[in-house]
Amino acid sequence: MAKASVKLRAKAKKGVVDIKCLMSHPMETGLRKDKKTGGTIPAHFIQTVVAEKNGVPFLNADFNSTISKNPYLRLQVSGAKGDKIRVTWTDNMGKSGTAEKAAK
Amino acid sequence: MKRRLFMKGTLAGSAITVALGAGLLAPRAVMAAWPTTEMEHKSVDKITTGDASGTVTIKAPAIAENGAVVPVTVDATGIDGIVESVTIVAAANQRVVAAIYHMQEGAVPFVSTRLKMGKTGDVYGVVKTASGIVHAKTEVKVTIGGCGG
Repeated sequence: MAKASVKLRAKAKKGVVDIKCLMSHPMETGLRKDKKTGGTIPAHFIQTVVAEKNGVPFLNADFNSTISKNPYLRLQVSGAKGDKIRVTWTDNMGKSGTAEKAAK
Repeated sequence: MKRRLFMKGTLAGSAITVALGAGLLAPRAVMAAWPTTEMEHKSVDKITTGDASGTVTIKAPAIAENGAVVPVTVDATGIDGIVESVTIVAAANQRVVAAIYHMQEGAVPFVSTRLKMGKTGDVYGVVKTASGIVHAKTEVKVTIGGCGG
């Protein structure tokens, strides 16, 4: 089981904050089979991602299981240095992870 | 003979998984407002992709050596007006919709992520604005399978 974590970078440039984040998650589609037991591996993937700036959400994303494992996400929002960026994900099993960083 | 049996087993197994998945996902989807019907689309025909537009650009490799990690970038910053959502669609996948980004105030219509792709196919960046829906597409050739691998 992957750790519930998010790696986050936020950089401000010319009024736009460029956000790069890497979430640690297996992103199982539910179609893959376990070679040893022959049973299917249950679906386990991130469904929603919410990105906030200073506590106000500016983007929410719905992910399908076709996103690669350990999803990488790059976003942009208008903002300046010092804005607090928070990214939170929730998967189909109700687990979640979050990280917050001030824009550099 | 053995191979035939195995194939049968695989098919039956996946059918059950689909049934289970649908049943299990429904209540949670309501809770998290995850758009189950949209995510279950199996063909691009069901999705309104609108017209091709020069104002939207999609960036993806022409040849992906590893289908499990296909970087895709959709840039709709050239569009006038407010972008409501950006959808990334991989036409060759079982579930064609990969991700839907709902933009709110302040968000720049620029997203980048990585997809799993089972085989060669078109990748669409569908952008919804108040005045309509436009898209940009590009073909990605996958040399090794990614989905399910």
